[in-house]
Formats: sequence, C-alpha cells, structure tokens
Amino acid sequence: MKILVPIKRVVDYNVRVQVKPSGSVDLDNVKMSMNPFDEIAVEEAIRLKEQNKAKEIIAISIGPAQASETIRTALAMGADKGILVQSPERLEPLNVAKILKAIADKEKPDLIILGKQAIDDDCNQTGQMLAALLNWPQGTFASKLELNGDSITVTREVDGGLQTLALKRPAIITTDLRLNEPRYATLPNIMKAKKKPIEQTTPESYGINPAPRLEILETLPPKEREGGVKVESIKELVEKLRSEAGIL
Amino acid sequence: MLRKSSEAKKESVVKDAIHSAAFDWTDPLLVERALSEEERVARDQARGFLRETLFPRARDLFRAEDFDRDIMREMGRMGLLGIMLPERYGGAAMSHVIYGLLMREAEWVDSGFRSVLSVQNSLAAHPILAYGTEEQRGRFLPGMASGEIVGCFGLTEPDFGSDAGGLTTRAKKEKGGYRLNGAKAWITNAPIADFAVIWAKDEDDVIRGFLVERGMSGFETVKIEGKFSLRVSLTGMISLSDVFVPDENLLPDARGLTGPFSCLNKARYGICWGALGSAEFCWHRARDYVMERKQFGKLLASYQLVQKRLADMQMEIAVGLCGVLRLGRLLDEDRAAAPAISLMKRNNCGKALEVARVARDMLGANGVSDEYHVIRHVLNLEAVNTYEGTHDVHALILGRTQTGIQAFT
Repeated sequence: MKILVPIKRVVDYNVRVQVKPSGSVDLDNVKMSMNPFDEIAVEEAIRLKEQNKAKEIIAISIGPAQASETIRTALAMGADKGILVQSPERLEPLNVAKILKAIADKEKPDLIILGKQAIDDDCNQTGQMLAALLNWPQGTFASKLELNGDSITVTREVDGGLQTLALKRPAIITTDLRLNEPRYATLPNIMKAKKKPIEQTTPESYGINPAPRLEILETLPPKEREGGVKVESIKELVEKLRSEAGIL
Repeated sequence: MLRKSSEAKKESVVKDAIHSAAFDWTDPLLVERALSEEERVARDQARGFLRETLFPRARDLFRAEDFDRDIMREMGRMGLLGIMLPERYGGAAMSHVIYGLLMREAEWVDSGFRSVLSVQNSLAAHPILAYGTEEQRGRFLPGMASGEIVGCFGLTEPDFGSDAGGLTTRAKKEKGGYRLNGAKAWITNAPIADFAVIWAKDEDDVIRGFLVERGMSGFETVKIEGKFSLRVSLTGMISLSDVFVPDENLLPDARGLTGPFSCLNKARYGICWGALGSAEFCWHRARDYVMERKQFGKLLASYQLVQKRLADMQMEIAVGLCGVLRLGRLLDEDRAAAPAISLMKRNNCGKALEVARVARDMLGANGVSDEYHVIRHVLNLEAVNTYEGTHDVHALILGRTQTGIQAFT
C-alpha cells in the first residue's frame, strides 16, 4: 500500500507573527516548521508502515525552495521519498488540491493523509476539495484510523461526540489533534534521510497555474486588549451594558 | 560624472537595505541563516525532544540532587549519545557544528544534562574511538550510543586538578594485564557508570588510558553529596585499590597527556556552545520578566538601567554565537588549534555566568526561586566556568601563545 502525505511549511506555532506597516505578515527571519496537523499525518503513515500495512510513504510539499527542509524532516521521521513542487506564489486550497490530484493520478496511492488544516491560513479545505476532485471517500478530523484489508474505519471528532465511518480505499483522511503524538526524528535517521530522494517539480509541470484567485485586501493584528473596570452597583453595570457595550 | 552618480545610487541602495532589513532581537547577526538545512533539522528535532521530555523534570531532579538512569536510554534512543560516532557503531556521524548546536539545546534545559552528554560523547566514547582497538570499539561503542552502557572519564585526582600532568594513579605491568592503584575525584557520571576511562602512569611515568569496568575487584565509586551545581548529573569519586585490568582493556594508542587532552578539547568545544544555551535561557527569561513586572508604576523594561543590561546580554550572546559557529566550522575543516577552543571556552563560560547572574538580579526575589529556573542556571554555570579548564587556566594558555612563556608554575 502506498500513502501520500502532503505537508506544508508554515510559521512555527511558537512565533508571534507581526504585521508589517505595508499590511503583510512579516516572514523575514521568522522560524518556520512543519504544520503540526501534517506532522500527525506523517506519524500516522509511519505507524501504518511499522505495522506492515503500508509499503511506501511519499511526503509532498508545495511551496518555496526552503520547503525541502520540511520534506527532509518527514523523511527523517520515516517517509521514504519526497516530492517538492516549487511554487513561490501564495497558494490557495483549490490549487493545492489540483496539484495533489495530478500527483495522485500519477502515483496511484491507496491513501492520502493530510492535516485537517494549516495553522497559517486555517482554511481546512484542501482535503475535502481533493476528495471531490478525485471522487474518493473522505474521513475528515480523524481521531482514530483502522485498516482492515480494503476497508478503513475512521473515528471522527464531531460536535456531538464521535462518529465512526467505514470507507473503501482509495480514500482521503484528514487528521485531528488527538490521532497520535508525532515522534521526533532521531539523529541517525536525520543522517539517513540525506540519502532519500526528493523529486523536484513545479505546478506548471502538472498543467496547473498556481496564481491565486482571491485578493487579500487587508491584514490586521488582533486588537490590543483593554483593561477591565470594576463597577460599583448592578445599576451601573446595566447602564454600561446599555451605553458602552451596546448589548442591552 | 557618470561614475559618481552610479556610486551615489549604489550607496543609497545600501542605506535603504540597512534601513529596511528586519532586525531580529533574538538573533541580531542572523546566525540562524548561517546554518544548513541539515543543521537546523537536527537542532529542531533535538530541541523538541529536550524541551518536552527533559525540561519538565529538570527542576525536581535538581532539587533532589538526583539523576534518572532512564534518561540515558531516552537520550540514546534520540541519538544524542553517539552524535559524532560513525554509523557502524550506532552513531549519527554528525559534524562538529551539529554537535555544538545540540549542546546549546541541552544546556538551555540544564547544564547537568549537557554534562552527561559531554562525558558520554566526548570524554568516554571519543578515547575508545581514537585510541582503542577495533575489539574495544565493538564491545563498548554501540551500547554507549544506545545508553545501555554509561561511561565516565577519570583524569582529575583529589590533589591534581588544573595540574593534571602530576597525577599519581599508578599502573604496574603484570602478566596478562596491569594492576591499578589510585583515586579520582569530581568524575561526572561515576556513580552510575558501567566503566571508567582511567588515566594512570605506567612504570616509565607515561600516562596511559585503561577501560576499568564495574565489577572489577577493587574498583569503587562514591557519590559526592552536597554539590550546589549541576545537581541533575551525578558526580563521584573513584577509588582503585589493586584493580587488575586485563591487557585487552588498555587503550593501545594513547601515550602521554595528548590522549586525555584531545578528549577534553572535544568536550570543551561543546561547552562553548552549551554555556550560551544557559545564557540565552536566562536572557529571555529576564526580558520576559521585565516586560511584565511593574514597579513605581512603570514596567521594569522602561528603565534605562534595565535596558542597558538587556543590551549587554544580547551583545555578548550574539558575539559568542558567531565565535562558536566559526570554531565549529574550523573543527569540521580540521583547522582549529587547541588555544582557539580555550579562547571560546573562556569567553563564553565567563560571559554566560555574568549574563545569568545579572538575569538573576533582574528577577529580584523571584530570581532566587527555582520556579523561575534562572538560579539553577547561575549555580550550574559556576561549575561550567570552572571545569574543563578554569577561566584563569585558559587565560594562561592564551598568554603562552602570545609570549611563548608558560606561566603555570
């Protein structure tokens, strides 16, 4: 069985992003790392391989040349091969899904495991769009994954509790936070990963124009929180709710 | 005229670049950009492991003056105990620069954990790799890389510290081996070690290295209690009374002080990086503290004295990092001389200690509480500044390079 794991290079979750006066997010010299949900996807694929349920894991990243570092991390964790689709453009989920469809058509995987969303744009769309483009079944927000022959049992975290789905391969899985705890790549495996191949391609080589269709009008930092006040009486509270908060 | 205007244009481009380049206060000279992809990946993975699994345990282990033996196996699984060992012995065969980056990460957590790594990687495994037989390498190194075998390094004696050449531990040749007598002091990891690299003088007064294994009759270790520094790594005394060490446990290729000193150079290099990890922790903690704490109605960060101290910390750490990165690259090119390591060891340990002490002061009373961790780093750095060549001894090494006159005696 072959598994594709798309991974995105994003601003590290520890970084407090700054908005430049020009209105874009300051990405110069900011620490970047693998999208945490994608790390969970890589880990899940590796566990399937360790249980002898998968043979090959291909990690795919679409982005700037530096995304090879993200692929290298996935290879060090245990993926077998990487594909770097170099694209300096700001990518939108539909374009990413189209590129991934083209790769899936070529690689013919049994399973594609994606993070449910990237922590930079929080779109949560790529997995679903890819399922639609491929016309494959999807199990999103997976918190548990079981493989039995051709059938896949996915436990999903939904608002009311847990929902269990049975899917047929090939299928799309998107990972939620509680699916697993990703491992750290060990130092010897980081060295071994240097010998694993990374194929270099471009969106154009799949016949896809990566230009975004949406225009970003404005980027603003969150409003600074103002300090609270103590009120002396219920009367004053009601008055403030009416005059200042405007909710009464 | 034409040339002049194009030069003027060039100048204005330069000025604009300086004006618009983003300044990262945590990394003013962009050392991060001088690292390769592999170096960053190794550093980031080790950082995640160390901060998530060891940092939460550091405070309590320090309080209890305890070391958890399982930590060796956890570090071994991560590959931290065979960083530069060849792959055939279970190592990761990484560069000096990566080794240094990892020491910085370990010491950000606690100098004691870094000490454990220094001893296993540089002081215990390196002599076997450099001076041992192939049989010895096969017998010890894979187990050391996985953390199953813990080694230690016995050079310092109760009466011979900086003056290591005066050591009095003796090895007398007998049929099939050597008979060792003597005592070693301040040996990191001795209480939990499965074997010790013991440096002793033979009958010709030549210093030789022996792999003395626990269980050999007459080999004893005692934990040194009451140490107020490096409390998460155990330190001990070793006593050797009539210990018979078979010939196959002699390191055949080490003669004289060059043997132990080459191990110490490797470890000292790691300390150069490590001390900066501690210093960075204290600097960032102090900066966060003064950005939140108000006195006299204003943030501490808004006082000039406080900002001056932050600037001093930023400056020393940035300069120190550039220095060790350069030193690591030289070592990887086989071009670093021992005094260059002395220079960075002396600079970075002394400066890191100063940064930690000032950070301690900036945290006021909270600075002495281990909940804030800074006092732990201050106490640790007192030992780090002393061991593996004191601040003053490294000064004498550097003085000798300039004058040709040894001033040790």
